[in-house]
This record gives sequence, structure tokens and C-alpha cells, in this order.
Amino acid sequence: MTTKIKYTFKDFQSDQEVRWCPGCDDYVILRSVQKALPLIDLPKEKFVFVSGIGCSSRFPYYMANYGLHGIHGRAAAIATGVRLANPDLSVFVMTGDGDSLAIGGNHFIHALRRDINLNIILFNNEIYGLTKGQFSPTSRIGQKTKTSPYGNTQPPFNPGELAIGAEARFFARVAGNDAKHQTEIYVQAHHFEGTALVEVLQNCVIFNDGAYKFWTDKSVRDEHTVYVEHGKPMIFGKNRDKGLILDGLELKEVTIGENGITEDDILVHDAHNPDPTLHLMLVRMKNPLVMGVIRSVKEKTLEEREAELTEHVKAISKIKSFDDLVS
Amino acid sequence: MTTEFKNNGNKPVKHLDQVTIRFVGDSGDGMQLTGTQFTTSAALLGNDVFTFPNYPSEIRAPQGSLYGVSGFQVQIGAKNIDTPGDKLDLLVAMNPAALKKNIKDLKKGGMIIVDTDAFTKSNLQKAKYESNPLEDGSLKDYIVVQVPMTSLTREALKDIPIDSKSKTRSKNMFALGMVYWLYGKDPKYTIEFLRKKFKNKPEIVEANIKALTTGWNYAETLELIPVSYIVDEAPHHAVDYKIITGNTATAWGFLAAAEKAGLKLFLGSYPITPATDILQELSKYRALDVIAFQAEDEIAGISSAIGASFAGKLAITTTSGPGLALKSEAIGLAVMLEIPLVIVDVQRGGPSTGLPTKTEQADLMQALFGRNGESPVVVVAAKSPADAFTMAFEASKIALEHMTPILLMTDGYIGNGSEPWTVKRLKDLPEIKPPLVTETIENWHPYDRDPDTLARKWVIPGVPGMEHVIGGLEKDKVTGAISYEPENHEYMVKIRQEKVDRVANYIPKLTPEFNDEGDLLVVGWGGTYGALRTAVAQLNEEGKKVGLAHFNYINPLPHGVKDVFSRFKKIIVAELNMGQFANFLRMNHQEFKYEQYNKIQGLPFTVEELVNAFKKLLK
Repeated sequence: MTTKIKYTFKDFQSDQEVRWCPGCDDYVILRSVQKALPLIDLPKEKFVFVSGIGCSSRFPYYMANYGLHGIHGRAAAIATGVRLANPDLSVFVMTGDGDSLAIGGNHFIHALRRDINLNIILFNNEIYGLTKGQFSPTSRIGQKTKTSPYGNTQPPFNPGELAIGAEARFFARVAGNDAKHQTEIYVQAHHFEGTALVEVLQNCVIFNDGAYKFWTDKSVRDEHTVYVEHGKPMIFGKNRDKGLILDGLELKEVTIGENGITEDDILVHDAHNPDPTLHLMLVRMKNPLVMGVIRSVKEKTLEEREAELTEHVKAISKIKSFDDLVS
Repeated sequence: MTTEFKNNGNKPVKHLDQVTIRFVGDSGDGMQLTGTQFTTSAALLGNDVFTFPNYPSEIRAPQGSLYGVSGFQVQIGAKNIDTPGDKLDLLVAMNPAALKKNIKDLKKGGMIIVDTDAFTKSNLQKAKYESNPLEDGSLKDYIVVQVPMTSLTREALKDIPIDSKSKTRSKNMFALGMVYWLYGKDPKYTIEFLRKKFKNKPEIVEANIKALTTGWNYAETLELIPVSYIVDEAPHHAVDYKIITGNTATAWGFLAAAEKAGLKLFLGSYPITPATDILQELSKYRALDVIAFQAEDEIAGISSAIGASFAGKLAITTTSGPGLALKSEAIGLAVMLEIPLVIVDVQRGGPSTGLPTKTEQADLMQALFGRNGESPVVVVAAKSPADAFTMAFEASKIALEHMTPILLMTDGYIGNGSEPWTVKRLKDLPEIKPPLVTETIENWHPYDRDPDTLARKWVIPGVPGMEHVIGGLEKDKVTGAISYEPENHEYMVKIRQEKVDRVANYIPKLTPEFNDEGDLLVVGWGGTYGALRTAVAQLNEEGKKVGLAHFNYINPLPHGVKDVFSRFKKIIVAELNMGQFANFLRMNHQEFKYEQYNKIQGLPFTVEELVNAFKKLLK
């Protein structure tokens, strides 16, 4: 019954006025998602956007899809119920560092562990925005916020590291101001069968402006970030002359053409390796910071395991109805 | 094995109307199994039954210790039985600790069967006995049947090739065999059960049957037992029934409701005593498309259920008091979303961790009011193990047809207790018609309401052209878009309340039992029904004019409360808390004076204490 419709990003815009602060990266994320959905071969009514609480979580109101704006931290748990109930839906969890890494930490790690087919878009701005500027679980040591006027004393999580520790099979990192890359990655996240986590380095213009400028500012970003792709050497730099090699147990930045290094020496990215050791090293690296799909390992999803088991039980069970149970 | 399980006529037989028996031992002694077996046989042989297991929260406490005592009580009757009985006719105590903890509940002149082999110096010490009660005359008011059960069992099984531990463990079957003889019950159903349960271990089957038979024969020849008893068949046994615990009945009620509504069942839950059995039970029914999702915590249990409800399932979550506290915020979300959701609270002793394995009714205020904001929910309660089926079905029907979260209150007593449940099939049950929308409709808004129920429509993701967002923020009364308009908020608060209030138009009117008017109206709710009913019946037999108004529906209260209450001279509200329902009635019907009878000991009411309390008001 579903007719093939060619969508444009406008088909995914709701009639609600967008109320984020002017200049916020959230606008870029919104537009990138709205541009990603037409690239996915799925009718509009099959997408569901679930959120918790925070700036990020206003997202569903701005989409012309089914949406559920939940309560603080619980988006992953609500989305798990949606997805288990109807595996035909593509379910996006729109969340932030406070929502998913603090109050909702438990649901976040368990969703990853279960490998249920959700797309979790984590708006990481290293601050609480909607409550107006308190430190978050990703705020850096020494960061001055309203609840750490003399500097933050709590060491932060690295979301990718936490996710891999929680058995994440898909982890990608994108810059909040890079619309084109985001759109690409959101499409990939949708197509990944399992829990796909995308960390967006999202700049909060009001309470934590410039947190990522070392990596995302146009003037330096080519030198300070490496965009990885599965099967391709990890080369970066404005002149594409820098790369990563494995030196003992460490990743090391090298220059192609210096000290006898050629392009063949550069490490080729293997996102599909089930062993997360190298992925963890990539996730932890700060300079250059690694962007793109760092880990993408397909395993059987929770839904697939559930469906197989249910099919098996149905095949051997004599109970087809409640009446059979009580007879 | 050619034992014929019939009283061979060498001892007289006495007929009794009802008998209460308690089996007690270490938590590893198999007392729950022994009790369940006796119950099943008694019921299959025609008695009415009601059981109450009483077990410690320690899984395997040190052997012989007082806090490791596990018990199973059953009352069997030749007439309708609504409680597991107050005082015991027979106490089977497998060790000194079991005797010590339970002797106070034995009737004067009642019988004790003890395993004398367990009355060692060390066990007596562990039970804090200064001298051996079997020898010091302290049990002179009872008939004490001293049986070296362990050694007799081991002797009987000496030729069976199983390890010595397994031989000792069979002593519960020896005890059961004795009790079967005593009450003239054919053990054939237990033998059948043993053959099935251990079908791959023929030696274990042989050992257990041998122990059972030896116990039977021993009782028959033992001079200490002068008579055997018969409890005749109860009249209700013409119908099709199953012995069922309240927790199983709850699970089955949901299975029936889902199928009746044409929906699939989703349970999001987290293990918590005494509610876990419902999760375990529903985990068995993949064949009926049940999704029993064991979540990472209580909050995820209900949150996943909210997600599943949004996506079109009959969604439920099950818990006990501390878990209900954790679910509060999410219940508020369900109130705001106006989606169907059933929350089951199998109440236990509180506050905090409280008494996890004991019963109480002290979560009522939490259920009614334990949320932020004006957050009304429907609250209903089951009154007995079998009634849990009816109320789980009914709660599902209300949630689905009225698009509201609903709390179903049961408790540890009826959750773990069991009684015969008259089998219901789908054709016997009322229709359930949720306002589910699966196809595009024109001119629809997310918060359009049914003019009678005020329920909104249930539009689920996947329906083209009906895309919408719902959430926890206040919303416009029609479009559902975020709204901070002051008048709109007040309107929405009132209409959410009104929607819940109107449920009263769809539930049975309050009707008192025994008398429509009189000197005293006994008021109760939930799992105390059996004890209250038995007490009020007894008072009526004595010629007193006492009525019983027992509430299945708490919020909204059913119609007719004022009318019923006004026809009695006095009203007493009896509940297992400090007076929570009494206070709720005071809030809603201030025109009446409410006496209270309350008990907060983690135990159900006894009929005797109720009769005494009610009599005081009748003077």
C-alpha cells in the first residue's frame, strides 16, 4: 500500500517554529537529518523520533514525522519499546550529553549492549544548555560553568569510549557545523542494523561557545581532524600529506614523504573489525581528532534474535490462543 | 508398590468442614512443593482450597536457623473457603526452628508432626531452645506425633541407588504421605506429578514414591494417631477450574485481554519481589506473540512499555512498591500523553525496602497521588487470587478504551496465594474496543476526544498522513502542539481529570454483600476480601446485621457509595495500613464517620481478629 514518493527536505519540516538560539549547531543537525531522510527509501510515516529532555530533545517537534518527546534520560528506553513493538519503524533517538550520559546513562549503555536497531544522535555540547549553563558529564576538567565557577573538578566521559565499553557496534563522530558529512553519516546510521551511535560535536553558542573550534574551525580543521572511511588509508591534512600509523601500541601522526614514509605505510581503516582495540585508540585520540564511522560491526540485532526465538517457540508450541492455554 | 491408598478401616474416620494445615521447614526442605502437592490433590479430590506461602527473603539461609524457616499454609474445605485459615489444625515441623516460629498459630488440641531426627542439640541451639520442647512438657496442650522421619526415610530408600543427600531430601514426601493418610487423600496425583517431573531420573521417582508410601503406611499403623479425617467435597466442583496464584491469574488476565482486543501484549518489567512471577509467567508465551522485555531497571520497564503503547501494543509494566516509586515520573508522562498503559503494583511491606516477602496495602496513596502535578490515574484492585484475572482483564479494557494509564493493585498475599479459578475462555469475556486508528482519517487532531469517554484516538506510527508528535509538555487542547497558554493548561488539567472521573460510568455500581442496611458496614478493598467476607459471614450467622462493601474500583469510586453508606449505622474501614483508604473516603465522602481497623505486621488479617474488632462496634 505504500506508494513510492520522492521526498525533499521540505517534506520533513513541521509547522512548528524552531526555537533554538540563533547560530546554534542544532539548526545544522536538523537540516542535515531532513536532508538525510529523502535519501533513505522509506515512507515518511515509518520514521519515529524519540527524545528525552534538553535542547536536543525539542527536535521531534520540528520534524513532520511521528515523534515522542519523553522525559529526562529515558529516550533510549522509550525507543526500545517502540522498536520492539514494531520492527518496521526506523527509530531515531535525539539526545544530549546530559540526557544520555548523566540521568539516562543506564538506558544508553543498555541500548548499546543489546544492539537494538536504533539511531542515537548524541548532541554533545559539553554543557547543560536548557537549564542555562551547568557542567555536564562531558565538560572538561577546569571548565568554568554556573555550577563550577572556579572550574570543573569532575573528569569527563569520552562518549565513544563509553559506547565501545558498552559493546557498541556502530560509533561515528561528526562536527556540528559540517552539514554534508552529517547527512552522509545519518544515512549510514539508518542503514546499520543495530544500535548506531553518532556523536555530534555541537557548539553551544551561549554557554560553551568555541568548545570545538580547535577541530571544527575552517582555518584549522584539515590539520586537526582525520575523516576515516572503512577500507581507506587514514590520510588527512590540507595537502593530504599526513597520516596515521601504528607504532607499537600507539597511533602516531606521520608525514608522507618524510623519513621514508609512503602512502602504503599509512594505516587502512577497518571499521568492521570486531576487536575494538584500534577503534578505542581512534576514539581516544585528540589531535588529530578522528571523525566519521570509527566502528561498524554487524552482528545479530536484538530484534533478529527475538524474532528467531519466537518463530522457533511458535513452531514447537501447541498453544495458539489463550483458549489453548486454559484447556 | 501395591499399597492401596484407602483407610483400611482399622481406625475411625471423623468428618470435618474445614482443616488448616501448615508445612514448615528449612527453606531448602521443599515445603512449598509439599504444600502445593497437598493443595492440588485436595482440590482435584473435590475440596475448596486457599493457600498462603510464607517464605523468608533469604534464598538458602543457614540450615536450622530461625530466619530460614519457610512455610506453606493451606485451608481445605467442604464449603466455600476464602482464606488460608487463621489457626492451624495441623503443623508439620521439619526442625526445631520451624516448630518454634509456628507453634503460636496452632489451635489448642491441634496436632504437631515433627521430625525427631532434626531435634539435635545444635538445631535446638540454633532455634534458641533452652531445653528440648519434645521432652520438657511445653507441648502438653497439643497432640505431638514424634517421627524419626529422616532415618525412616533413609532406611526405606536404602536399596535405591541414589546419593545419600537425595535420600535425606525425600523426607518431605514421607511427611506428605503421612498427611495424605491423615486426611484420607489419595496421593495418586502426586505420584503422577513425580513421574512427570523426574521422567529422566527413574531412581528419584522411585525414591520419592517410596518415601510417600512409607509415610502413608507409617501413619496408618502409628498408634499415636487415633483417627483419620475426611473433609467432604465442596459443592462448586462441578465446574471447570484451575488452582492458580494471583500472580499467574494477573498474567493470564493480560493474555486474555490482549487477544480479546486483537492486540499483542508487551510487558516491560524489572525483577522485584513479590511481582517477579508475572514477568516469569509472561516470558513463557512467545507462542502468543507476547514480548516480555526484562529491562535494565524499573524506569526502563515502564518507559519501554510507554514506547510500545505509542506503537500500538497492549502495554503493561509490573512492579512492587519501591519500583512504583521509581516509575512515578513515567506514569506522569503516560497521563500527559493519554495513552493506554497498565501498571501492576504487587504490594509488599514498606517503606523503602521494607518487608519484601510480606504483604501490606500501604501503597494506595502512592498509587493515587504519587506524582508531580495534577496527575489523575484510574486505580483498581484485585480482591483474591482468582479475581486478579478478572481485574487484569478489566484494567486492560479500561486503559485501552479510555486511553489512560491505570494502576492495578494486588499484594504479596493474593499474588502468591492460590485458590481455584473458574476457567474463562475468550467467548466468556466482554469485548475490548480501543479507539485504534490504522488508516488515514481526514480532519483529525491528536487531542480530539470521544464525547462520552473523553478518550482521544490512538493513532500509531506507520499510518500515513497522520504523523504527529506527543510529549510531556503541556499541549494545545486540539492540535497537541506545545502550549503555555494559561487557560489552555487549566482546561487540559480539568479534562484529564474529567476523563478519569467518567470511568465511573463504565464500571459496576457499589453493591454491599450480606445486607443492604444494618448496624455495621464493613468496608475493605483489595486482597483483604477473603478474611473480611468470612468474618462478616460469621457475624451474620450469629444474627448480627452487618454488611460488606468491598471495593475493586478505587479511583474513580463507583457510583452508589453515598447511597450504600447512608443505610448503615456505623462504618468501619479495615485495611493493612494506617488508614489510607479510610482517608481517601473521608476526602470524597466527608458526610460519614469512619471507624478504622488497621494492621501493619506484614501479615494478612485473621478472621478472628476481625470478628472481635467488629463485635466491639456492635455493642
